[in-house]
Amino acid sequence: MKHMSKLALATLLSTTMLTGAAIAESHVPEGVTLAEDQTFTYRQLDEFSSLDPQVVEDVDGANVVRDLFEGLMNQDAEGNLVPGVATGYEASEDKMTYTFNLREDAKWSNGDPVTANDFVYAWRRAVDPELASPYQWFMELMSIENAAEIIAGDMAPEELGVKAVDDYTFEVQLTAPLPYFPQMTTHATTFPAPQSVIEEHGDEWTRPENIVSNGAYVLTEHLPNERSVRERNEMYWDNENTVIDRVVALVINDENVALTRYLAGELDQTDIPAGQYPSLKEEYPEQAVSFPRLCNYYYTFNLSDSGPEAFQDVNVRKALALAVDRDIITERVMQGGQPPAYTFTPAAVAGFEPPQLEWAGMEQSERDQMAKDLLAEAGYGPDNPLEFEMVYNTSEAHEKVAVALSQMWKQKLGVQATLANMEWKVFLEERGNQNFELARGAWCGDYNEASTFLDLLDSDSGYNDGKFSNGRVDELLEQAKTSDERAPLYTEVEQILYEEMPVIPIYHYAGVYMNDTDLGGWPVDNVEQNWYSKNLYKIAE
Amino acid sequence: MVSYIIRRLLIAIPTILILIVASFFLIKIAPGGPFTSERPLPPQVLANIEARYGLDQPLWKQLWDYLTNIVLHFDFGPSFKFKDRDVNDIIAQGFPISLTYGSLAFLAASIVGVALGVVAAIRHNSWIDYTAVSMGIGAQALPNFIMGPILILTFTLWLGLLPGGGWNGGQWEYLIMPVIALSTSYMGNIARLTRSSMLEVLNSNFIRTARAKGLPTRTVIWRHAMKPTLLPVVSYLGPVFVYVLTGSVFVDMYFSTGGLGQAYVGSALTRDYAVLLGVTILYGTLTVVVNLITDLAYAWFDPKIRY
Repeated sequence: MKHMSKLALATLLSTTMLTGAAIAESHVPEGVTLAEDQTFTYRQLDEFSSLDPQVVEDVDGANVVRDLFEGLMNQDAEGNLVPGVATGYEASEDKMTYTFNLREDAKWSNGDPVTANDFVYAWRRAVDPELASPYQWFMELMSIENAAEIIAGDMAPEELGVKAVDDYTFEVQLTAPLPYFPQMTTHATTFPAPQSVIEEHGDEWTRPENIVSNGAYVLTEHLPNERSVRERNEMYWDNENTVIDRVVALVINDENVALTRYLAGELDQTDIPAGQYPSLKEEYPEQAVSFPRLCNYYYTFNLSDSGPEAFQDVNVRKALALAVDRDIITERVMQGGQPPAYTFTPAAVAGFEPPQLEWAGMEQSERDQMAKDLLAEAGYGPDNPLEFEMVYNTSEAHEKVAVALSQMWKQKLGVQATLANMEWKVFLEERGNQNFELARGAWCGDYNEASTFLDLLDSDSGYNDGKFSNGRVDELLEQAKTSDERAPLYTEVEQILYEEMPVIPIYHYAGVYMNDTDLGGWPVDNVEQNWYSKNLYKIAE
Repeated sequence: MVSYIIRRLLIAIPTILILIVASFFLIKIAPGGPFTSERPLPPQVLANIEARYGLDQPLWKQLWDYLTNIVLHFDFGPSFKFKDRDVNDIIAQGFPISLTYGSLAFLAASIVGVALGVVAAIRHNSWIDYTAVSMGIGAQALPNFIMGPILILTFTLWLGLLPGGGWNGGQWEYLIMPVIALSTSYMGNIARLTRSSMLEVLNSNFIRTARAKGLPTRTVIWRHAMKPTLLPVVSYLGPVFVYVLTGSVFVDMYFSTGGLGQAYVGSALTRDYAVLLGVTILYGTLTVVVNLITDLAYAWFDPKIRY
C-alpha cells in the first residue's frame, strides 16, 4: 500500500489528468460467464515495422509491443495512468526529477527480474545514434537531460539523465518541468529491453525463438505479412488476472476482405470500411461501434512565399472554411459517427476546453452568407473567381471528401478548385517542400494533450507544412510546456486559429469497428486506443 | 547444346547487371524516401538513420557497396521498413509461399487449359467445343482481382467452406481459392491457344497420312498431333510461369498469403529500396532462367530446332 499512496500523492501533486487512477482488481464484471476458448483474433492492416520497443514506429506494431512489454506506467480503459512495472512515482518540487518505484515481482519471460537497469539500458538505447531509432525524437520531446546532445552525437548515451538508484528505483532528470511527462511513459519507446538477449542475438532478438519480454504475453509465432501469435506469459507478475490466453493478429490489407472474414466468423474484431457503418449498425446493432479518436482531418493553406497570393488574405481563408458543410461530410460521406471539427484539437482530448467559437454555433446558411461576404470583401466574385489547386494523397475516402469540398465551394462561392491526388510518399515530399496551394492533412496525437496537435502550428515545428507563423501562438505553446494551468492557454490558441484560419478543420476521427458480441472489455473510452489484451476477455455464447 | 547453355548464361550476367543498375537509379528518382513520413524526422535523427544504412554516401558508392555485398556475401542488404529483418530473410520467407501458389496455379492452368483445348479441337463445332470455348473465354475475362472477391463471397461468406485467407503452413484449404484466382485467366488463354493450334495441326498433311495408314485416333492425337500442337503453347507457358509468380501480387495481398507479392508492393509504396531491388532482381533472374528453359524445351518439341 505504501507504493499506492505514493502514486496517489504524486497524482494529486502533478496533474489533474491523473486523478482517479486506480488498479482494477478484476476487469471481468460480475455475472459474466467466460468462454472456454480465450483466443482473441483481430485484423491488422499492415505488417508491423518492428517488435523492438525502442524501434517500433507504427500503430499496429505498438499494439503488439504493448502486450509483449510493460513500461513504467499503463493506461486503464479510460486512458488514465495506472501502475505498470512501476507501482508509482514521485516528482521533485521543481518537477525536474522523477523517481519511479518498481515492483519487485516483475519478471522477464526467462525468469530474470525486471530491474531499474533494464530501463536505464532501454532509454539509453533509444537515444543512441548507433541504433538510429526513428523515435529518437520522442525521447527528446520528453525533455530528458542530455537527450538532444546524445542524438546529435555530442555526448555518449551513458550521459543520459537516467539512473538506477538501486534495482527497484529508477530516476529521471528532466531539462524542463514537462507537465505530461508521466503520460509519456506509457509509450513503447520507453519500455524496458533485455540487454543480454539483444547482445546475444543482435537485430534478430525479436524473433519468436529468441525474444524475451516482460509483458503479459510472449511472441510464439510470426509469419510476416500473414499472422503473429502471442501467448500468455506465465512469468508476468499479474498473470493470474489475465484472461485471454492467446492473441492472433491476422494481416489483412483489404478492409473489405477483412469485413467478409469477420462476418464469416474468422475474426473477433475488424475496422469498418468508410461509408458502411450505417448499414452495418442497422444489421448488427450490438457489433458495430463508433467512438471518438485522437485524430483530426484538415486542409492546410500554403502560407509560405511559394503559396498563392490569395491565401495571404485571412478573409479568403475564413470564407473557404465557413462554406464547408461539415455535417454533409460526416453524415453523408464518412458516415462513421465522426464529429464535425470547428477546432484543430479534437474535443475528446483530455483537459482541453474548446473555446466558444461563433461559427460552431451558427446555422450552415449563416456560415455560407458570412463566407460570401468575406470573399466579396477580399475582391473575388463572378468576374474574378478564386482559383486554386487542392492536393490529397490517393485514397477513395480522401477523394470523396475533396470532391464534396470543391463542389461546396463552387456552388456557394463560385470558387474553382482543381483536384490533384498523389501517391503517399510523393504527397508528403511535395507538401513538406511547400509545393502546393491547399493540401489535405491529418494528425493523430502522440499523447493525450492538446499540445500534440497544436505544436503542428508552431512556427518552428518541422510538421508545420503550411508555414503558419504567429508570435502569440508560439508564446502560448512555449508557456504550456511548463505551466500547471494549460487549458486556458490551449483555448486561446484555438481562438487565434479561428481568427487566422491557417487550416480548415473538417472532422475528427472516430474509431469505427465491428466488435464481436463475445468480446468483452474493449476500451471504447480510451481515446488514444491504447489497448491491452490482458484487460480483454471472451464471453461464453 | 552445352556450349549454347553456357553462352546464354554468360549473356544473362550483363543483362541482370543492367537490370540492377537501372532499377537502382529508377528507385532513387521516385520522390520521397524510405524515411519520408507524416512525422518528418528531426534532421539529426534522419542523419543518424541515413548513416546507419549508408544512405549518406554518394550514389555511386552506394551502388558499388550494394553490388559487392551481393557478389561477395550474397547479401541484399537490410530492409529500411522492417527493422528486425533483412532482404534475404524477407525473400527466404515469402518466396517459397509464392512459389507454391505459383507452381500449383501454373500446373492447374496448363493441365486444365491444354485438356480443354484439345477436347474442343477434337470435337470441333460440337457442344463440347462450345462449352470448352465459353469456359475458356469466361475464365479469361475474369482477372484475378474479380475472381478474388467472387470466390471469397461464395466459399467463405455464403457456403462457409473455406477460410478467407492466410497461409497456415500451406494447408490445402488455404491454397484452393488463391490458386483458382491466380490460374483462371491463364487457363482460358492456354485453352484457346491449344484449340487453334490443334485444329491447324489436325488439318496438316502428316496427320492425314497417319490417318490414312489406319492408325487409331488416340495414337494419331497422342503420338503425332500433340507435340506440334504444344509448340506455340510452350512458348506461352514460359512467360506464364513468370507471370503467375510475379502476378501473385494481387492474390498475395487479397488473400494475405504472406507471399512475396505483399512485400513487393509494400516496398514500392514505402520506398524500401533494398527489398524492392532484391525482389526485382529475383524476378528478373527468374525471367532469364525460365526463358532459357523455354528455349531448350523447343528443341525437344520441334526436331527442326537445334542449338
